[in-house]
Amino acid sequence: MPLFRISPPFLAGTNRVTLQMLQVLMAMVPAVAAMVVFFGPAVLINISLALVTALLAETLMLKIRKRPVKPFISDGSAAVTAVLLAVAIPPLSPWWLTVTGVLFSIVFAKHLYGGLGYNPFNPAMVGYVLLLLSFPLEMTTWLPVLSLADNPLNFSQALQLIFSGETSGGLVPDTVSGATPLDAMKTQIGLDILPEYIVNQDLFGMLGGLGWEWINLWFLLGGLFLLYRGVINWHVPVAMLLTLFVFSSLTSLFAPDITGSPMLHLFSGGTMLGAFFIATDPVSGSTTVKGRLVFGAGVGALTYIIRIWGGYPDGVAFAVLLMNMLVPLIDYYTQPRVYGATSK
Amino acid sequence: MNKPLSDFPGGLKLRGHKKRSTQTPIRKTPLSDKLILPLQQHIGAAAMPVVSVGDKVLKGQRIARADGHVSVCLHAPSSGTVVAIDEQAIPHPSGLSAPCITIETDGEDQWIERHPVENFSEMSAHEIRQIIRDAGIVGLGGAGFPSFIKMNPGVHHTVETLLLNGAECEPYISCDDMLMRERADGILDGVEIMRHALRARNVILAIEDNKPLAISAMELALAARPHLTNTSIVVIPTRYPTGGEKQIIQVVTGKEVPSDGLPIDIGIVSHNMGTAYAVGRAINHGEPLISRIVTVTGTDVTHAGNFETLFGTPISELLEFAETKRQPDEPFILGGPMMGFNLSGDNLPVTKTANCILVGVEDAAPKTDPLPCIRCGDCASVCPASLLPQQLYWHSRAKEFDQTQDYNLFDCIECGCCDYVCPSKIPLVSYFRFAKTEIMNQEREREKSDLARERFESRQARMEREKREKEERQRQRKAALAASKAKKEKEAAAKAETAEAADKET
Repeated sequence: MPLFRISPPFLAGTNRVTLQMLQVLMAMVPAVAAMVVFFGPAVLINISLALVTALLAETLMLKIRKRPVKPFISDGSAAVTAVLLAVAIPPLSPWWLTVTGVLFSIVFAKHLYGGLGYNPFNPAMVGYVLLLLSFPLEMTTWLPVLSLADNPLNFSQALQLIFSGETSGGLVPDTVSGATPLDAMKTQIGLDILPEYIVNQDLFGMLGGLGWEWINLWFLLGGLFLLYRGVINWHVPVAMLLTLFVFSSLTSLFAPDITGSPMLHLFSGGTMLGAFFIATDPVSGSTTVKGRLVFGAGVGALTYIIRIWGGYPDGVAFAVLLMNMLVPLIDYYTQPRVYGATSK
Repeated sequence: MNKPLSDFPGGLKLRGHKKRSTQTPIRKTPLSDKLILPLQQHIGAAAMPVVSVGDKVLKGQRIARADGHVSVCLHAPSSGTVVAIDEQAIPHPSGLSAPCITIETDGEDQWIERHPVENFSEMSAHEIRQIIRDAGIVGLGGAGFPSFIKMNPGVHHTVETLLLNGAECEPYISCDDMLMRERADGILDGVEIMRHALRARNVILAIEDNKPLAISAMELALAARPHLTNTSIVVIPTRYPTGGEKQIIQVVTGKEVPSDGLPIDIGIVSHNMGTAYAVGRAINHGEPLISRIVTVTGTDVTHAGNFETLFGTPISELLEFAETKRQPDEPFILGGPMMGFNLSGDNLPVTKTANCILVGVEDAAPKTDPLPCIRCGDCASVCPASLLPQQLYWHSRAKEFDQTQDYNLFDCIECGCCDYVCPSKIPLVSYFRFAKTEIMNQEREREKSDLARERFESRQARMEREKREKEERQRQRKAALAASKAKKEKEAAAKAETAEAADKET
């Protein structure tokens, strides 16, 4: 067998970027399945649309930037970005919303910064926040879980709604949509309703939002799979979830009227998705061990602060982007002690 | 001793592939017709030839002397005639050639008169070091640093621990393993001498737990020497790169070698098992270092094993002897698959640092274009020095060498763990070597320009001074001239006055 490399080491492990990205996609399968169960087939349409857009945009950008297409398109990073964004936006988002978000993620947040490995911000979250700021109405019209829906949608109805904004039967998004549990919580607290009464409504389940708690559980499970496979490290998710838990426990002890229970915070909205799939993005996150703890804790704290005092029901996306900005600083001050370093 | 072992961060569990070369005992490589001996087979200054073309030499005869402090002697590995002293291709990654002495062997293999030491314990440390230096002994683990220097702790240090490194952590290599199995007693001979010369309080023989036969052989040999007190065999876990000097010290003693220091600064001296064996041969048998055990292995080697090989033997002959499936000039690896280097060329000789020749590796790193770094940090988690290779890479690539030093580039031991795990397949170690070389070049350039500036400034100052002195001298001369002129005038005036006065009187 001929030698391939001219410089040592001549051995190599089996780890590859593509492999990592594929495992991330695999780990999302159970949660996506849960989303389909709770929100209907629209989720799948959304994901497919996002995937196609992302891969086309990636190819186009690579061509424009005169980069080899095959190795970069097969690294799987564009696909991961697409799926992350697709599961973060409402299932019934009109097609142009998804396309805009994905295009912005891939073209602006990723390639204009230099492509894979060079983006300072999490591309999916940049796309998400752009949509949230530009199209707040569309971005907050979530579907209710199927068991609570007055008009559960079938596949063709969902398709029609996404692509033409109306079904043949005359349904428009407004008539089928509903608030998310976190949204309901925030609005009703604003009306001086106590959280303990709010969670008695149909919208809420045992831990968090009805349906949402299952989706979060499946994301948690997918995250544990990634941990087990060594694709992600435990530091970011543990620090983030722990911070969120501690903060919400403190409020539920000392100021129970301003927000929901710790469990509601952990198992609603984008908590688990954020903790295991978004905040763990290595490119835009901190790269040192201590830095990852700081980064995760920061995301947890900011998520909590935005959920309670911010203008949005959920805050994971903003929290991640804000912490992305701090990464160079965190990395610089959290360097590990090097072997043989004399104490200063 | 039951002191719990410490640990080093990072590292890799690699497949050993050791069995491939440990199925047969150590064999002797047949005598080659021609032995090519590079004058520099060690770190430091090249040796100076003391023979000329046409000279007859005997086995063990000195053919080059140490030149300067960091240098060792070189000896004829067999009897024969010196046929050339010239530039020859040497086993160096640069592919360059270097001065070598070539000996045509006569097949007699006739030894020069040897002078074994009867009782080394009556000798001073200095005398022992001298013999070790004259015997041409260098570290046989791979680096080739002159051993006598590491036998001299200096007056300011006491040696707490003499550490014998039998880790042999790189995959495929088994020369130390086989040496320990077959010549444990010879190793302990050397250990006793080293300990005597270093006045070491205790001795630790550290061996990785994937070499049970070597461990039991060493235990047996040690048990037969009850006078060798405070000496223990420490079995350490098999993990790459535990055989690195800094890592094995950390595992065995829990101490760290200071970043800008040496093991002796923390009271430790470490030597390779093969070096100890060579020391024993030199003192107790009067034999200089003229051969070593070389592992020849790899997927393309039919009779892989360990071969006691005279220095200067062409590697191609050794490969042939081990029945290697190989095209002429096909590249092979000298050293291990993690830190060795790639060579091609058939006439390259076996040298003092050639511990392993590897032809064909399993799980070879494929040649793929690297993807960008995704900052996953896998490299940092396997780095035994706790560096951040991802940051070092970033700055090396951007040629921001100041920053690489901020991130402690020079603490990198180039073990290659980061390369191994990188999902983007970035040749990280190559980047770090590049950065190190650039920084060293810059420093040399700066020193050179500093020197030039100093020279220029002192010349300026000297010319200034000379000019001033010249002016001073001129001024003094002028003053003297003026003074003498004034004196003369005065005298003349006085004369005139007296003449006048005389005139008046008359």
